[in-house]
Amino acid sequence: MATTDLTPRFEQAPAAQGHAVRLFGEWTAGQFARPHLFRDLLRTLPRAGAKLAWDLREAVLLDHVGAQLLWDHWGHRWPEQLEVLPPQRAILERVAQFTQVRPRRRKTRAKDLYLGFGALLLRAFDHLKGFVQLIGQLTLDLRELARAPHQAPWRDFSGHLYRIGAMALPITALVGGLIGVVLAYLTAQQLRQFGADAYIVDILGVALVRELGPMLGAILIAGRSGSAITAQIGVMRVTDELDAMRVMGISHTYRLVMPRAMALSIAMPLISAWTTVAGLIGGMIAADLSLGISPLFFMRALPDAVRVSNLVLGLSKSVVFGILIALIGCHFGLRVQPNTQSLGQGTTASVVTAITVVILVDALFAILFSNVGI
Amino acid sequence: MEPVAPPRPHGRNPMVEIHKLWSVFDMPDRRLVIHKDLDLVVQRGEVLSIVGGSGSGKTVLLRQILGLEHPHKGHVRIMGQTVGQLSGRGASSRIGMLFQHGALFSAFTVLENIAFPLRELKTLPHKLIVEAAMVKLQMVGLKPADADKMPSELSGGMIKRAALARALIMDPPLLLLDEPTAGLDPDSSDGFVNLLRSLHRDLALTVIMVTHDLDTLFELSTRIAVLADQRVIVNDKPREVIAYRHPFVEDFFLGERGQRAMELLREYPFAI
Repeated sequence: MATTDLTPRFEQAPAAQGHAVRLFGEWTAGQFARPHLFRDLLRTLPRAGAKLAWDLREAVLLDHVGAQLLWDHWGHRWPEQLEVLPPQRAILERVAQFTQVRPRRRKTRAKDLYLGFGALLLRAFDHLKGFVQLIGQLTLDLRELARAPHQAPWRDFSGHLYRIGAMALPITALVGGLIGVVLAYLTAQQLRQFGADAYIVDILGVALVRELGPMLGAILIAGRSGSAITAQIGVMRVTDELDAMRVMGISHTYRLVMPRAMALSIAMPLISAWTTVAGLIGGMIAADLSLGISPLFFMRALPDAVRVSNLVLGLSKSVVFGILIALIGCHFGLRVQPNTQSLGQGTTASVVTAITVVILVDALFAILFSNVGI
Repeated sequence: MEPVAPPRPHGRNPMVEIHKLWSVFDMPDRRLVIHKDLDLVVQRGEVLSIVGGSGSGKTVLLRQILGLEHPHKGHVRIMGQTVGQLSGRGASSRIGMLFQHGALFSAFTVLENIAFPLRELKTLPHKLIVEAAMVKLQMVGLKPADADKMPSELSGGMIKRAALARALIMDPPLLLLDEPTAGLDPDSSDGFVNLLRSLHRDLALTVIMVTHDLDTLFELSTRIAVLADQRVIVNDKPREVIAYRHPFVEDFFLGERGQRAMELLREYPFAI
């Protein structure tokens, strides 16, 4: 790299003149941005303690970073002989005044881990308490709704129904259809070995109607709408809108939580039925291609293979999933602190919790209703 | 290779030179012309305040100087260079910007925020970066104990101070301020104005600020530029600007709220 006259550099006088060090160029952060320059300077600068004479008058510029470099190099002491211009001295003095050794951060000890674990448990308990309170408040709001149904926020409700339900139709159909295709191809491989080709209708039917349709729909909606609910309510917290609402005497749960929970409890079973149908169509096409089972046969065999109770179970599960996703989304949204970082954390936690809870509750349903419909 | 650092205050070019600038925003239904043939020159060492009614494009002008908006026509030169030449690596050694709400990175502590531009150079050792950031932190009047706080734990005045420290970490010769005292109580506002004045003196800064606060305006400015009718109608010393005949100027300075601040003008001969 070419050395321009702005490059920070130094010259050391011969011993006869007491090894005085003269600085040239710009001793600024902008110059130190060049690769290697800073390291080379540090390595070559003479380190003779306070005995050396320093002359900064020929340096074109000295900024705080340059001054910091010199001050550190001098070992946080003024050299005995120092020639500086008044502005340079002002900067050096400021650096000298404010430089201090920062206390080292304490290392984590076993006790901190223990306390951290305790705090984690308390936080989990606090979340649980908040969630129960939310459900309780929602119950009270439903009583309010029953008393004066014409005053309920129906506009919000229909808006959420559209955004959460109708807008999710394309993505759920795509995912459901593709999962149906994958499932059909995989089972077809196995069934062909036993010559049990016709049973693909049973496997696809039961799996999709009872489990996969509602689960896939719920997981997609948890990711899509659960996060949106948390973010919407969280942004309202960050911008003080929630407080403004409270000042007007409007209940958060009545205006924000209830319409969303109601919309999801209706949209979720519909979405899950839609996803199931898409999955069955995908599976039907794949079965036709891989096993030669015609769509006509598939549709005729389906009602015999899958009893209606499976469909009822799947749809009622979906209602529970929908309400849980809405409540978890609202719960985390209402707990967001008024800063952007908390908003991001809340949204992530909301989605993760919603998906985990959906899977947990699904397992619970599977155990409770293991003798229904099969 | 060109030196990374720019020519400093001893250079001959004016600090900022705006020539025939047009700022145009294309709306769906119409075309919004904010600036039309706007000219503005800021000399080194000035404290220039930009005033104007709301929607007159004060913040847009700051954003043009910063290169955050692209001029529709005309050009903006800073120290004789285009904004494009100035941006990129080490940009904070050339221009410092204090955004209205601080714009501190919320995921970093105060110290990490201040040290961020230095750390991004990737050439300086960690110890020096921390020390330099601590110096700036105390220079703007924060306490060493504030270093490990998160931005969400700070008050409005502390956020402005931390953001100012971050803007100044590489000692840029040009500092832009967007509403430096908006949202501060009178006490912190006065403290902040004093801080800005001493920094301007000590660091030989050129300052361009947008402000509505008449106290700040008269206490700090060496020049005032008035934006109206899509251009700079007057750019002069405070006393001359007040005497300028224009409906906006008369309403802004000679209205009731202007009277009190005018007292200050007599008290602070510095501003003249």
